[in-house]
Amino acid sequence: MTELDVGWAERWIRQAASDLKAGRDELTELDRRIGDGDHGNNMDRGFTAVVAKLDGQAEPLETVGQVLKLVATTLMSTVGGASGPLYGTAFLRASKVVDQATADAGHLVSLVEAATEGIVARGRAHVGEKTMVDAWQPAVEAAESAAESGDALAVLRAAAEAAEAGAVATVPLVATKGRASYLGERSAGTEDPGARSTAMLLAAAVTAAEGAAA
Amino acid sequence: MSVALVLVSHSTRLADGVAELTAEMAPDVVVRCAAGDVDGGLGTSLERVQEALDAALAGAASAVVLADLGSAVLTVESALEIDPDLTRRVRLVSAPFVEGAVAAAVTAQQGAQLEGVVAAAEDAARSIGPEPVYELVESSGAEGPPVAATGTQGEVVPEPGAPSSGAADEVSTVVEIRNPLGLHARPAAVVARSVADFGVPVTVEGADATSVLALMSLGTTAGQRVTVTARGEGADTAVALVTGLIEGGFGEA
Repeated sequence: MTELDVGWAERWIRQAASDLKAGRDELTELDRRIGDGDHGNNMDRGFTAVVAKLDGQAEPLETVGQVLKLVATTLMSTVGGASGPLYGTAFLRASKVVDQATADAGHLVSLVEAATEGIVARGRAHVGEKTMVDAWQPAVEAAESAAESGDALAVLRAAAEAAEAGAVATVPLVATKGRASYLGERSAGTEDPGARSTAMLLAAAVTAAEGAAA
Repeated sequence: MSVALVLVSHSTRLADGVAELTAEMAPDVVVRCAAGDVDGGLGTSLERVQEALDAALAGAASAVVLADLGSAVLTVESALEIDPDLTRRVRLVSAPFVEGAVAAAVTAQQGAQLEGVVAAAEDAARSIGPEPVYELVESSGAEGPPVAATGTQGEVVPEPGAPSSGAADEVSTVVEIRNPLGLHARPAAVVARSVADFGVPVTVEGADATSVLALMSLGTTAGQRVTVTARGEGADTAVALVTGLIEGGFGEA
């Protein structure tokens, strides 16, 4: 598959909303152990609001960027804690690099890169600090490696698989950023909730693209 | 008033309380709060931040923003990212919430421009400092509660009201604090405003009299005698102004 269109972007977000609702309790449990226990509810609430905004559009959105910008502003307004501004900034930066109706493999690499840059800039976190950056950064590297194929779906798959592995790899880490860092050594042994929700989000992008391919 | 203040807090009561404090010390400064999440619970909301910024900028040329905890900072940064034009008129400062807000408000009240208000807010951390504000005083058994020292030990203190000169053009007067709580927030603000308006640098016990936080950090109490000093042209009038205010007890004594 060489390109994904604005329909994919909408399906991605609706799939993410559905997956985050299904994963709400898992995220909440992770966050309860090493955070303040609201990540599952926050993400569910945010993406439910995004879906309501998509449903309420009078005119169909024309570009992938428009979809991502709507996600960004809605998440910033509705998701409490740090994850609203972090994911909001990720989607806002991503929206600026795919300002057209379709996205090819190169656009998708840029999308993941821009989202990650946004999160790093806003959260001032780096790889290894047990944050969502530990899922995003490997996703960037995998997407860049897969770009040569020119296959948009392959780029997304590579990014999602790397994010999944990155999230799992946060389990033994000791948090040095964010609220989990207050726990010090006790934060080891639990997966980072933000890295987990990142993996869910990118997996939903693949599911939505596979729907288009089928 | 050219610089407004925007207080971004997780708690509406925290923001309102700080706004109340700044309103007393800097009554003419536009202060807007963006506090609580969309449901009014603890948290921050982008929309509330955007509304507060709009309202503040409607009444002022620029705005200084203080945020209380991590995600409040992130929310303000998000608002600035969404509307990059705001960054020309809005500055998010790295400052302690209460002290920074007070310093910014008083400085804005004195007519400072954006950079001056930003600097005052960011400098406010120094008023807290790395050391405890009050050293614990060890009580020595039968001698009863310790008595707070007034004035500096070993220093010959002239009589109140009698101006004296140290350096050639220096004017200095010792005056007794009359109001029960000393130079707390409101009196400190009155002094700071008056000195700033008058335009001649004055110190109280060495503290810059245009700085509310510096005056408050003196921790003065009723009955304590403080030295008011100024230098150069207008020094005697400036010292008289401040000693007059202190002797007047700020309507509290």
